[in-house]
Amino acid sequence: MSSLLEVRGLTVELPTPAGWVRPVNEVSLNIGAGESLGLVGESGSGKTMLSLALMGLLPPGARVSGGASLTTQASTKKLMSLSEREWRDMRGGEIAMVFQEPMTSLNPVMRIGAQIEEAIRTHQPKLKAAEVKRKAIDALRLAAVPEPEARAEQFPHQLSGGLRQRAMIAMALAAGPHLLIADEPTTALDVTVQKQILDLLDRLRRELKLGLLFITHDLGVVAQVAERVAVMYAGRIIEEGPARNVLAKPLHPYTQGLLRASPTLKRGTLTPIPGTVPQLTALPPGCAFEPRCDLRRAECSGAVPALRIISSDQAARCILV
Amino acid sequence: MENLLTVRELRKSYRRGGGVFSQESEGPRFTAVDGVSFDVARGETFAVVGESGCGKTTLARMLLRLIEPDSGEIQFEGCDLLALRGAELRAARRQMQMVFQDPYASLNPRMRVGEIVSEPLAIHEPALNAEQSLARTAAILRRVGLAEESMQRYPHEFSGGQRQRIGIARALILQPKLIVADEPVSALDVSIGAQVLLLLQELQREFALTYVFISHSLPVVAQVATRIAVMCAGQFVELGLTEQVLNQPQNDYTRELLSAVPELPRA
Repeated sequence: MSSLLEVRGLTVELPTPAGWVRPVNEVSLNIGAGESLGLVGESGSGKTMLSLALMGLLPPGARVSGGASLTTQASTKKLMSLSEREWRDMRGGEIAMVFQEPMTSLNPVMRIGAQIEEAIRTHQPKLKAAEVKRKAIDALRLAAVPEPEARAEQFPHQLSGGLRQRAMIAMALAAGPHLLIADEPTTALDVTVQKQILDLLDRLRRELKLGLLFITHDLGVVAQVAERVAVMYAGRIIEEGPARNVLAKPLHPYTQGLLRASPTLKRGTLTPIPGTVPQLTALPPGCAFEPRCDLRRAECSGAVPALRIISSDQAARCILV
Repeated sequence: MENLLTVRELRKSYRRGGGVFSQESEGPRFTAVDGVSFDVARGETFAVVGESGCGKTTLARMLLRLIEPDSGEIQFEGCDLLALRGAELRAARRQMQMVFQDPYASLNPRMRVGEIVSEPLAIHEPALNAEQSLARTAAILRRVGLAEESMQRYPHEFSGGQRQRIGIARALILQPKLIVADEPVSALDVSIGAQVLLLLQELQREFALTYVFISHSLPVVAQVATRIAVMCAGQFVELGLTEQVLNQPQNDYTRELLSAVPELPRA
């Protein structure tokens, strides 16, 4: 089966006063229809810049190399060579995104229903008003918003955080995309609400055969929503594999460290990773994690390690595996 | 063990609505903290866990009298904190300091780190000369893991974890007895949050500190707390030893919170 999203050696470079930096560095990944990939990384790892590249929303001046393609039953599209006109159909129409903070991504002076209708009308301009309205209500119902007709008439500030995020999901799905990128969609929510949103995304993925790219810094959340996990550090994917394997038997010292630093309900299990994430303007010459790594050897600072394939489906960028 | 802090029937309500554009002149009252009572023993870490809007931050701020309670009683080292005024209140306050959630918002961007950390000394120990004040500032910065040179720099030059260390240094420079920490690691990355949690634990042992630790995260609280109070709609619905609350929760809401925690698969 061919993948819905295929990213090959994608590199994003941005100009800074200190020269060009690479927030995304030779990233390759696949997501099939109905599959979920969890992209894990701390701030500055490049996970958000990767998602912006896949939405055609990179900041002006960004330089891109490598490629990404989206294959549906109808066509295969090369994302990195789309024109702005083509991107407009692609965004929302085929790839949609849900952001972290629903309050800042919704328009505060527009009713919820009208915002969803706008998303539908952009992609189906010839639809009759009544039909657009019906589709917006359907989208809210799909995102399990209770009393969708009443909610459509309300403004964002009248909704709770969880409902706002459901409204965002409704808007993202209103035009029937194939790939959904969710960037930390539950970070601002309480745990009980987070669980509901994660369950909702999981159900929608299965029912609508959505490809789901779920971006988070929380390993516990990734364990709940993703079948496969890719771990990013300083712009590169440093480990990838089935969620069960990566989270239970991590190969890369950074993934191991991240797990040991994640608080669980068990007491006294916490071991922090020393040091901080390197600045993109001052990356070490070899493995980017080498300065913080307990297991480093002399060779580690020589060259960036290749992604080594360990089993049929797990790979890590470390010379020790 | 002797109690450092005793809180009885603490209550605070706010008027909801009634803003500039509201049609009614007065909204209905909304109770943020609804009759909360507890004791905090010297040297323990008393954690308050709850979801947004449960009243945990209002409670934390009332403990330092940053918010005035409507009614209730707070005893700190045996004296009635709510009755204190002026110089007496100031003297009590130097024994209790706060560490805030957002290390970006809680440091004045136009002050150098040295000024930020030494400012409490200028207020509470005005007799100190510049040299003594400098030495104290340098010592506490070193203790929280920052270089002495940090004093000359501004907050924006530091990462989130380093800023949180600056906030901790500012809280500790007066050698207080009680630290109220409101979500001290929730704005930080996982690997950095763990560093800050361990630092807080080391400092507690070293300086015989008592913590009131406010958090929305049961896993975070599980690492540091001696006792946990679960707060919901302004009230404590459960209070007990950490192991007991986590392993044998008595309350339905506690069970709901525990079951919503995303768990990692174990090898």
